[in-house]
Amino acid sequence: MYTFSNRLKIGSLVLMALGLLGMGIGFISAPSTVEEAQAMVATSHDDGHGGGHEAADASHGAAADAHGEEAGHGTDHGEHLLHQLQNRPWSAVYIAAFFFFMLALGVLAFYAIQRAAQAGWSPLLFRVMEGITSYIVPGGIVIFVILVLSVMHMNHLFVWMDAETVAEDALLQGKAGYLNPTFFLIRAAFFLGGWIAYREISRRLSLAQDKSDDNSNFIKNFKWSAGFLVFYLVTESMMSWDWIMSLDPHWFSTLFGWYVFASMFVSGITTIALVTIYLKSRGYLPDVNNSHIHDLAKFMFGISIFWTYLWFGQFMLIWYANIPEEVTYFVTRIEDFKLPFFGMVVMNFIFPLLVLMNSDYKRVNWFVVMTGIVVLVGHYLDVYIMITPATVGDQWYIGIPEIGAVLFFAGAFIFWVFRALTKAPLQPERNPFLEESRQFHY
Amino acid sequence: MASKVVQAYYNDDDVLMHAVKKVKAAHHHIEEVYCPFPVHGLDKAMGLEPTRIAITSFLYGCLGLTVAIVMMNFIMIQDWPQDIGGKPSFSYIENMPAFVPVMFEMTVFFAAHLMVITFYLRSKLWPFKKAENPDPRSTDDHFIMEIGVHGNEAELTSLLQETGAVEINTVEK
Repeated sequence: MYTFSNRLKIGSLVLMALGLLGMGIGFISAPSTVEEAQAMVATSHDDGHGGGHEAADASHGAAADAHGEEAGHGTDHGEHLLHQLQNRPWSAVYIAAFFFFMLALGVLAFYAIQRAAQAGWSPLLFRVMEGITSYIVPGGIVIFVILVLSVMHMNHLFVWMDAETVAEDALLQGKAGYLNPTFFLIRAAFFLGGWIAYREISRRLSLAQDKSDDNSNFIKNFKWSAGFLVFYLVTESMMSWDWIMSLDPHWFSTLFGWYVFASMFVSGITTIALVTIYLKSRGYLPDVNNSHIHDLAKFMFGISIFWTYLWFGQFMLIWYANIPEEVTYFVTRIEDFKLPFFGMVVMNFIFPLLVLMNSDYKRVNWFVVMTGIVVLVGHYLDVYIMITPATVGDQWYIGIPEIGAVLFFAGAFIFWVFRALTKAPLQPERNPFLEESRQFHY
Repeated sequence: MASKVVQAYYNDDDVLMHAVKKVKAAHHHIEEVYCPFPVHGLDKAMGLEPTRIAITSFLYGCLGLTVAIVMMNFIMIQDWPQDIGGKPSFSYIENMPAFVPVMFEMTVFFAAHLMVITFYLRSKLWPFKKAENPDPRSTDDHFIMEIGVHGNEAELTSLLQETGAVEINTVEK
């Protein structure tokens, strides 16, 4: 049995406290009036960052056209700026909440695939994966609460939730059959309910299998996992339209669901590798050998490339055809987010590609940990780039609100995951593939 | 080279593996093992060096990438920078996304083909090459271990007999 070390527990609580402080500062320092917002931007321009007025005007012009507003320029600009600055702390919280939720969901998908594929190498890691997926319950609830608060107009994250904007926007009216607050929340509850239900059922069957004297629980788990994968494929895709793509409600992309999936899948696998290496270094997983780490690192390597393939597939098709109504998505990202936008490609593709290509390096713990950290930061940036341009626009900055939110959810994630790990033995006792996994050697 | 070799025949890969380990433990040099199929772990048991073919493949891939970049930069940007459908041909980086499919395929092409050719050269394989297997059975259901004789034929034969060889021949080469 794993015992939650006191240092880790205190560490995670400190992270949560620091994070709460950072998020609080973010919400307090957000402007409440147009004048305040303009004053904030004016001072930040004096500091030298902010990218200059022309960029702000240009993006504002595009946004105003897109929203179909024809009001006077001066007040309009201030209003727009105010909404962007007010969105920043909300957006920071939403990004971090989604990122850590996505880790748990990615692990859940990986876990279901391992069960459905009857993989022989991974059963030793099932309890680690189950520990990580336990975060899907609190993480999912937090996301749902944020979505409910958005529907209640506590923030301006989702433009289409604003009835006045929709009234002036023919495109949003056309989409209102799908993008309306009630249906949106029903869908979110349905997705989360399905994922959490599978997680709980599979965990229960997994624990029951240890105590039983036949394999019926294992077979039931196999069937549930196969069914879950079908459900997941559909709901994950719709979730990405709802929770992320609808932040840019004028834009659409057909492979977006896969793109979000690749991002969550690779960061989920990385999390499994990091937690496994941590637990092994503490002596809790004696039967896990470096071939298991090697396999996880291969998955990190392969899925990183898969993510890049989808990233480029989406970018290049839109760049090449250059159709104005879809290309604005990348125009704003390249103009206002050049460094994070291309930096994440380096972190999520070039770095793991070069570091994890060598078969020997994939067995070396510190190599995997180092790459894992870079990949996780890279995929945080990926989520950041998917969400921030639509909510904060060119007023973005990775400062106290963003870092605070990451620290808070990182602390919550660590606390919840390692608490869940203490609840069952870290090694399953009666899995038909357990012996194969124990002998696994590559 | 030893002009005389002992060929020990086995009909099971497990027996072969044990025999290889035993012969290695007795410090005899195994010149060759002929198998009808890859025997997992045989190279390790024989103490063969790991292959470096993956490293050559990586280098060939880098070469392919370079060829693709130099070629397209010269043709599309330097030599005749036409406006084709509004694509920006002012610098390589501006039009880079359009070149990526070619860059990718050339990298894979060079890495794969040059690696295969390297493999053929290093393992001396080509059409019309005379087959080197000492006994056609080694392509079907027998494994042959070949050990050079240095005046210790009787000792070697008895050692191989103990390892479960089904047939032992001494052959002049």
